[in-house]
Amino acid sequence: MQPFTTLTSHIAVLNRTNVDTDQIIPKQFLKRIERTGYGRFAFFDWRYLDNGEENPQFELNQPAYKGAQILLAGENFGCGSSREHAPWALADFGFRAIIAPSFADIFYQNCLKNGILPIRVNEEVFETLLKKAEGNVYECTIDLEQQKVFDQEGFEFHFDINEHWKEMLLNGRDEIGFTLLYEEQISQFEQKAKAWG
Amino acid sequence: MKPRNIIEKIWDDHVVVREEGKPDLLYIDLHLIHEVTSPQAFEGLRQNGRKVRRPDLTFATMDHNIPTVNRFVIEDDVAKNQISALERNCQEFGITLAGLDSDDQGIVHVIGPELGLTLPGKTIVCGDSHTSTHGAFGALAFGIGTSEVEHVLATQTLWQHRPKTLQVKVTGSLSEGVTAKDVILYIIGKFGVDFGTGYVIEYSGEVIESLSMDERMTICNMSIEAGARAGLIAPDETTFNYIKGRKYAPKGEEFEKAVAYWKSLRSDPGATFDKTIEIRGEDIAPMVTWGTNPSMVLPVDHSIPTLEDARNENEAASFKRAYEYMGLEPGTNIQDIEIDYVFIGSCTNSRLTDLRAAANVIKGRKVAPNVKAIVVPGSQKVKQAAEQEGLHEIFINAGFEWRDSGCSMCLSMNNDVVPPGKRCASTSNRNFEGRQGKGARTHLVSPAMAAVAAIYGKFVDIRTEKLEAVK
Ligand code: SF4
Repeated sequence: MQPFTTLTSHIAVLNRTNVDTDQIIPKQFLKRIERTGYGRFAFFDWRYLDNGEENPQFELNQPAYKGAQILLAGENFGCGSSREHAPWALADFGFRAIIAPSFADIFYQNCLKNGILPIRVNEEVFETLLKKAEGNVYECTIDLEQQKVFDQEGFEFHFDINEHWKEMLLNGRDEIGFTLLYEEQISQFEQKAKAWG
Repeated sequence: MKPRNIIEKIWDDHVVVREEGKPDLLYIDLHLIHEVTSPQAFEGLRQNGRKVRRPDLTFATMDHNIPTVNRFVIEDDVAKNQISALERNCQEFGITLAGLDSDDQGIVHVIGPELGLTLPGKTIVCGDSHTSTHGAFGALAFGIGTSEVEHVLATQTLWQHRPKTLQVKVTGSLSEGVTAKDVILYIIGKFGVDFGTGYVIEYSGEVIESLSMDERMTICNMSIEAGARAGLIAPDETTFNYIKGRKYAPKGEEFEKAVAYWKSLRSDPGATFDKTIEIRGEDIAPMVTWGTNPSMVLPVDHSIPTLEDARNENEAASFKRAYEYMGLEPGTNIQDIEIDYVFIGSCTNSRLTDLRAAANVIKGRKVAPNVKAIVVPGSQKVKQAAEQEGLHEIFINAGFEWRDSGCSMCLSMNNDVVPPGKRCASTSNRNFEGRQGKGARTHLVSPAMAAVAAIYGKFVDIRTEKLEAVK
């Protein structure tokens, strides 16, 4: 996994609530057995017209947002299915961080496992970012070590993330390798568990 | 000792490592696998030279991608490749697979319980968000992503934050014509699609206790539609009777010992929850979704909300989007909505009692001429049992297609697709945009409500229908 330390980028805005993983990556693209190459399918049904051209109405097709690595989204982002193809598609599309008032639980976890930093913000921060970023090329910097986001205009906020996941992201750590350090405890648990289960 | 609820008890029994500032390392008792979310996980194992730690606690089937007619002929090469990848992976890593030729095959959340793999007190995961279904047995069951699938394959554990607990009590009793599906749709309609985020739910109360296992599974299945990764129901005699004699369930003395343990899992008197909500069974009517998420739902005798009914700007914006996508005018009476398709199936409502409920309504009647209706049993076992009772004849005589088991039109990854602009009464769990096909319009309902809609070609209140039948 690619480590995440700091990121400076402009922000793309998708101000819709309850964006589900069926929208992020429609099911017809889940048949592939690879982990890569999903970016071109991200938001497929919203992003393209029936004739295959980009839909100019779709928010993320706005020229101001092209190349953005930070996504600002509405509440309950990533609800629905557990498909990890959703963060794979977002990462491959170019996003390395997502800021939203709330995330669906499974999606939040799936982001962490793919080097995407999900940042929960309160209503006030969300509204401020929305005002600054909507329709504009608005740039800010995320510093994971410091757990803060700031722009050049002096706006700044702090965000929460569990220490464990922060470490994983900062070091781009192989989680399975880390867990296998606990091999002895897992084996002991299995011995003990036989007694009741 | 402080009284604990059932969620805390199961959790505590599975903590392998607890360290300050970290999530708990949780042991996983059962890992279910299907073709769509597993190939990249197996590939990861191979790349790192890792093995599956406990193939004996892992069980695979294929359901999402497979055809429901001519099941052995998969025309889509990409889909076929995914199916063969699962076969290869199971063989290479020594995992039992209920493949297309197996009597045990079916939707992963239907066969787990059916085979006695799903048991009270277990931690169960699967790369699928409707894993919450297994909570009906008093198991802690939740969906995971593919990286977590790989993690469980390699270590049989997961790093998990202790969840907050939410008690949902359904008191009293249900009126005639109201089903488990209506209960869960009502709850999501009332509290929203994210009231369960960060929580595990325990459903309790007289209504829940009186439900069959099939109905309990319907409720727990849709916990994820409320944002909760898991929802469960305390095991009781109904649960034990269901489990007894199942293929992989404990037998004889082992079974008795297990029952004693399962009984101890019930929430202690005085146990607390982080949040409690309570609803009355009597307040619930047959429900129909009208919009593009499951909280956009109404009793069948209501009309589609207008913009004035929206509680805030966000809701108004999503109402507008939903009117447009669903092709509906605000204020329309639900019972004036005409449908083109009926789908009875999915891990929410494809079990024997669901098929019986639908068959009961359509017996001796015909599907409306402009409606295409299909029944897709949840598993090959359900299919066989239904055929033994002659349910298939009732469906076929009425004009339904009788299919082989699979996910089918619940997510339309195979050829079972609702065409753009067409409207489907569906017993599945998600009415998201494009879920049943690009531009397809989904209305979620119970099996009986889907059946009656098939006959009239529009939504009908099953309660008035029942009265007429008696006359
Ligand atoms: S039936 Fe639908 S919801 Fe259930 S596992 Fe299959 S695709 Fe998922």
